[in-house]
Amino acid sequence: MANPKQFCTFFLNGLYFGVEVTHVQEVLRHQPMTRVPLAPATVQGLINLRGQILTAIDLRRRLELPARTGERLPMNVVVRTADGAVSLLVDEIGDVVEIQEDIFERPPETLRGVARDLVRGVYKLKERLLLVLDTEKTANCN
Amino acid sequence: MALNNETLQQQLVNDLIVESAEGLERFDKELLLLEKGEGHKDSLNISFRAIHTIKGTAGCIGLGKIESVAHVGESLLSLLRDGKLKITAPMISVLLEYSDALKEMLRCLEETGQQGDHDYSGLLQKLQQLQTGELPAAAKPAAAPVEPAAPTAAAVPANWGLFEDEAKPAAAPAPPVSEDKSWGMFADEPETPAATAPIVPATVVAAPVAPAPVPVVAEAAPVVENNPAKPAAHVTETAIRVDVGQLDRLMNLVGELVLARNQILQFTGKSTEPALLHASQRLNLITTELQESVMKTRMQPIENIWAKFPRIVRDVARELGKKIQLVMEGNETELDRTIIEAIKDPLTHILRNSMDHGIEKPDVRAKAGKPEEGLLVLRAFHEGGQVNIEIMDDGGGINVARVKQKAVEKGLLTPEAAARMSDREGYNLIFLPGLSTAEKITNVSGRGVGMDVVKTNIEKIGGSVDILSEAGQGTTLKIKIPLTLAIIPALIVTSGGERFAIPQVSLLELVRLEGEAARTGIESLYGSPVYRLRGQLLPLIHLNRELGLVAAGEEKTTEVVQIIVLQADGQRFGLIVDKINDTEEIVVKPLGKQLKSIPCFAGATIMGDGKVALILDILGLAQVSKVIAESRDRALAEKPAELVRQDNRQTLLLFNAGKNSRLAIPLAMVARLEEFPLNAVERAGDQDVVQYRGQILPLIQISKFLSQAEPPTAQLDPMQVVVYSEQGRSVGLVVGQINDIVEAVLTVKRDAPRRGIAGSAVIQDKVTDLVDVAGIIRAAEPNFYSTAAET
Repeated sequence: MANPKQFCTFFLNGLYFGVEVTHVQEVLRHQPMTRVPLAPATVQGLINLRGQILTAIDLRRRLELPARTGERLPMNVVVRTADGAVSLLVDEIGDVVEIQEDIFERPPETLRGVARDLVRGVYKLKERLLLVLDTEKTANCN
Repeated sequence: MALNNETLQQQLVNDLIVESAEGLERFDKELLLLEKGEGHKDSLNISFRAIHTIKGTAGCIGLGKIESVAHVGESLLSLLRDGKLKITAPMISVLLEYSDALKEMLRCLEETGQQGDHDYSGLLQKLQQLQTGELPAAAKPAAAPVEPAAPTAAAVPANWGLFEDEAKPAAAPAPPVSEDKSWGMFADEPETPAATAPIVPATVVAAPVAPAPVPVVAEAAPVVENNPAKPAAHVTETAIRVDVGQLDRLMNLVGELVLARNQILQFTGKSTEPALLHASQRLNLITTELQESVMKTRMQPIENIWAKFPRIVRDVARELGKKIQLVMEGNETELDRTIIEAIKDPLTHILRNSMDHGIEKPDVRAKAGKPEEGLLVLRAFHEGGQVNIEIMDDGGGINVARVKQKAVEKGLLTPEAAARMSDREGYNLIFLPGLSTAEKITNVSGRGVGMDVVKTNIEKIGGSVDILSEAGQGTTLKIKIPLTLAIIPALIVTSGGERFAIPQVSLLELVRLEGEAARTGIESLYGSPVYRLRGQLLPLIHLNRELGLVAAGEEKTTEVVQIIVLQADGQRFGLIVDKINDTEEIVVKPLGKQLKSIPCFAGATIMGDGKVALILDILGLAQVSKVIAESRDRALAEKPAELVRQDNRQTLLLFNAGKNSRLAIPLAMVARLEEFPLNAVERAGDQDVVQYRGQILPLIQISKFLSQAEPPTAQLDPMQVVVYSEQGRSVGLVVGQINDIVEAVLTVKRDAPRRGIAGSAVIQDKVTDLVDVAGIIRAAEPNFYSTAAET
C-alpha cells in the first residue's frame, strides 16, 4: 500500500479544503495588509513576512465562493510555489490530516466553473469530503 | 536513491559548467597575453591547467565528448608547456577556436543537458597537425619551434590510440588518481626542464588507469585550488563560492532586522533605563554595520564582465581588418550584481560600435597622421555615489552633418531643426531608434538598432548616457549608473490613504500650491488637467484617480495641492498626490507574478513601521495614463519637435535693479545666486568687494551702468548678487530683487540704443530689458576678460 499523504486542511464557506503539507511553508494569524490598486480582484493585498513580501490571495474569490461576511479576519496559509511563496486567505485553519491514497477520487464531471480546474480531487473521509487543491494553479491568478 | 544519484550528477554537471566557464575565460586571457607577447612563464601553465581540469572533471562524470575534445587540445598544450613546441600566432587562433568549441558544448550541456551533436573533427585535426608540426603554420617560425621533433611525433599517435579507447565508454571516469600525481610533478616543472621529457608519456599512461570512484574528483579539484600558479594564489585561497540566492536571503533577513531594530528604538526612546539605552544603541550600530557588510557581499568588480572584452576586441578587429589596442582602467570598481548583469550587453554593444564606426582602418589612420593601431579605452570609477563608465576611442569621431542628414532622410528631423541643432544635440541623435550612419551594414553593427536599445537599457536601471565627440579625434561615451538597484533613494507620498514610493531618479522638482493658487492654478484642457510651470504647460495626473483609489471628481478641493514633477522617457509631467511624506532609502523587492502585469508598479518595499508600500513605475504610470506617447515611435516623432522648441527657448533670470523693474539675464550666464549682508562689503582700492569662497569677489552695482543713471536707492540688506564666472575669475553683479526664473521664447524686439542693455523682449506679457552682462563688466572692470583669458 502506498504511503499515506499529509494534508494541511482549512475551511472556506463551510467547505473542507486541503493542500499537501509539503507545499505549506507556514500558517499565520491575520496580518496587516497593503492593498494593491489595479490588481486582479482575487489579490487581496501584500503582506510582510519577515522581510519577504507575499501576495495574499483571497481564496473565496479565487474559488468563486460568496464573499466573506462578519467580523472574523481571514487566516494565512503560506504555500511555496515555483514563483516563490504566496499566502492563501482562508476562513479557518483545520488539522493536519494523514490520509491513505485509496480513498482518493478524481473530481466528478459535474463539478463546474473554476473549481473544475483547481480541485485536483476528493478524499472521501468518513465524516466529510476533503477537496484537495492544486497549489500552483491556485496561486497563479493572472 | 536513484533520485539522489541524479541530483548528485546534476550537481557535478553544474559545478563543471561554472568551473569551466571561469577556466576558459582565464585560458582566453592568457592566450591573448601570449599573442601580444606579454605572456609570462606561467601563462602556458595556467592555460594547460584550465583545460586539464575540464577534461578531468568531464571524464569523471561521464561526459565523453567534452572530455575527448578537451583531450586533444590538452595534448598540444602539454607540448607547449614543456617547451617541445613553440607557440605561434596561428596556433593561438586555433586554440581560441578550440576554446569556443568547448564553450559551445558547455552551453549546450547547460541548456539541454546534452553535449550537443556538433562535429569538431576539423578542429581536432588541426590541433593534431599542430602537435606533429604538419601544419605549415607551426613549422613557420624560424626560432627553433620544435625542439625534439622525434619524441613529439612519437608520443602523439600513441596518445591517439588511447584516447579512442577512453572516449567510448562514456561513463568510465578517466584520469584522476595518477593525474593527481602529475600535478605534483608539474609544479616543479618550470624550474627543471630537464625532467620534462618523461612527463608527456606520463600523462598518457595515466589515462588508462583503473576507473576511480567519483569522490576522487572532489579530492582532485582542491588540488587545483591549492596548487595554483603563485600570482593567482591569494584570490582563490581566501574566496569561497556562495549561491547568490543565499545572499539574497541574507539580505532579506538583514532588512527584517533593520525593521525590528527600528521598532525597538521607538520603544527605548521613551525609556530612561541606562542599560537598555546602551544596549539598544549597540544594536543600532551593529545592525547598520551588518547591513553594509551584507550589501558589500553582493558587489562584484566590473572586471567580471570586462574579462571577456579583450577577446571580443581581438576577434572583431580581425574581422574588420583593423588594429585595435584595448586599455582597461578601474577593473576593481565594484557594482551590485544585478547592475553588472544589466550593463553587460549595452557595454558590449558600445564596444562593438566603437570598433566598427569609430576606429578607422589602418590605412585611413596612417593618412590622417595617427598611429595605425587604434586605441580603445574603457574606464570605470566611482564618483558621487554613482559608477561612471567611459568608453573612449581615438577614431574618426561622429560626423554631425552626416548624422543630421541621415536623421532628416529618415524623417526623424526637419531640415530646419537640423540646421538649428547644436553639435552636442546632434551627437545625441545617434540614440534615436532607426538611425545608423554606417556606410555599409557589417556583421558587427550598422543595422540601426542598437544605440537606442543601449540607452533604454541603461535608463531602465536608473542610469544615463552622454556622448562627446570631436571630428578626427575620437568619441567618448559616458555612462553613469547607480551603485545598486537593491536599495534606492525614494520619495514617499500618500495618495488615497496609501503610501507609495517614487524613485528619486525620475524626480525633477516639487511644486506646492496653496490658497488661491490651489484653487485656480490647475486649469483644464478638454478635461485634462494642466499646470503652467514657468510658462510651460505641464500635463497632470491625479495619482488616486489613476490607481482607481477614488472615482474621478469625487475628491474634494483641498487647501494645498502637491505636484510632483517627474520625467519619463524624456518628457515631463506632474503627479498630484495628497501628501508628501519624506525621502527614504528603500529596499526594492519584486512583486509576485500575480501582479507583474500591472505596469504602474516597479516593486514593493517595507516601510519603517513594517508595512508594505508599493514602488511606482513612473514610465509605466505615464504610459497607462497617456501623458506620454505610448509607443516609442510616437515619442520619436515628437522628439525633434521638442528639440526645435528648445532651440529658441531660453531660461531667463528676472530681477529688478533701481528703477529698472524688469531686467533679464540668460540663466546660462549665472554661476550662482548669492546673498551677502551689507556689512560684509569691504573696500579694496576704489572698489566694493566681498570675501567669497576664499577669493575676493569684486562687486558691480548694475543700476550704475544702466542708461538712466539715477541716485542710488537704499540698498537692500542682505543684497542679492548674481555671480558671473569666466575661466576661474568671478564678479558679483549686485541687483535689486530676484523675481523669477522663466523659460521663454526670446525674440529681441529692438536694438537698444541704451547703455548696458542688449535689447528688449516681451516676457510674460511685459517688456523686459536684457542686460548686456559682458558690456557692463567690461565697463566696470576693463581687465576682467583679458586676465580671465590669460589664466
